[in-house]
Amino acid sequence: MADRTTSRGSFLKAVAAVVWKDVRAEFRSRELFSAMLVFSLLIILIFNFALELDLKTRQSVTAGVLWSTFAFAGTLGLNRSMAIEKDRGCLDGLLLAPVDRSAIYFGKVISNLMFMLIVELIVLPIYSLLYSVNLFQPGLLLVILLGSIGYAGVGTLLAAMSVQTRTRDILLPILLFPVVIPVLLAAVKASSGVLGGADWDEILLPLNLLIAYDVIFIAVAFMVFDNVVEE
Amino acid sequence: MIAVKKLVKRFGLKTVLRGVDFDVQPGEFVALLGPNGAGKTTFLRILASLSRPSLGEVNIAGYKLPHEAAQVRAHLGVVSHLPLLYGDLTAEENLQFYARMYNLPNYELRINEVLEMIGLVARRRDLVRTFSRGMQQRLAIGRAVLHDPDVILFDEPYTGLDQDASAMLDDVLKAVAAEGRTVVMTSHDLGRAEDLATRFDVLSRGVISASASRKELMRTNLLAFYKQALAG
Repeated sequence: MADRTTSRGSFLKAVAAVVWKDVRAEFRSRELFSAMLVFSLLIILIFNFALELDLKTRQSVTAGVLWSTFAFAGTLGLNRSMAIEKDRGCLDGLLLAPVDRSAIYFGKVISNLMFMLIVELIVLPIYSLLYSVNLFQPGLLLVILLGSIGYAGVGTLLAAMSVQTRTRDILLPILLFPVVIPVLLAAVKASSGVLGGADWDEILLPLNLLIAYDVIFIAVAFMVFDNVVEE
Repeated sequence: MIAVKKLVKRFGLKTVLRGVDFDVQPGEFVALLGPNGAGKTTFLRILASLSRPSLGEVNIAGYKLPHEAAQVRAHLGVVSHLPLLYGDLTAEENLQFYARMYNLPNYELRINEVLEMIGLVARRRDLVRTFSRGMQQRLAIGRAVLHDPDVILFDEPYTGLDQDASAMLDDVLKAVAAEGRTVVMTSHDLGRAEDLATRFDVLSRGVISASASRKELMRTNLLAFYKQALAG
């Protein structure tokens, strides 16, 4: 029985099982996805009405508005994703599985990232229509992917931490936003560069920063997740 | 099967367990009794590797906690008063999910066996959120025995169950114990504990204050034994 607990195969199967479970449950309830999507659309609508801007200014604020939208909606999704685990004691059920607990972390990161990316892909065309900005550029999609990886990576760890407290809804953004600022700054800088048609050399620095943050955040989370979830 | 030596658990300045010694032989069914706040749930959470001991040794099925926690968990099933089940998955999907988490080979057969044992074959494709509390608790037991563990920990499994559901749970618990598994169950309900257990331990003020086998209790009743243990 011991070999069932330690092989790389069992680790990957556990990661896949967590993703399968999250997608299946979300497909039925649409709790997390609909909340994130409606919230995102409301934010870009509010910005659209609040900032009555000319076309040029609209283009210059796009990166900031987009990443503010993704960050706020992402927090909502991360909170709900971990609350589902906590409410019926399911987090204990996950922690009782005889696998390295980082498998649970990676499973949750992948499913959170998937939900974030789906919402972002729906938001992009609507934003393009409202703000008359073409967002379907390969460079921007790459920045959104890298930024979302970093956000989901650190957010999942902090959501696992905050969900164990009574003030989880308030605590997550308070913990998350200061930590995730480097990711958001680099993502906004890289997005502005792509949308403004800057040289690749200019975009490369924030892009490299994003990659570095993604790797560092996920490596740290991998090392500390076990301690975060155990009493 | 379970060997605990001088176990201490502190939460900040508060010491909940103050040097618990606890041994369970293979196949024993131990009822762990005690008043609210005695530390029963904390003790079971440590055995389940959900909480780290502050001091002391815990060995389960030959593996040491917390260093060999994954190996311990492979030999362990846990049922608490919360079902640890996903309401938006069906009964079958919940079991499939846990089978994958435990890396069980050919789990469909085992799922069928378990659903039959807990009497939920007809409801296998229904969402768990539509289940009554009693059905959820039976499914929780199915989840806990899915990987055929040697040791099962029950933490107040009767909480929130009506009389019929409790009687049905009795049958499932007896079936689980009859398979020769080692069981540790915390309970407030002395009557149910008396029906099921082969040994009775009382946890009071952070230590095991008394222990008696079913045979030893022939001379007195469980309530008198329990009151004496709390008073002492």
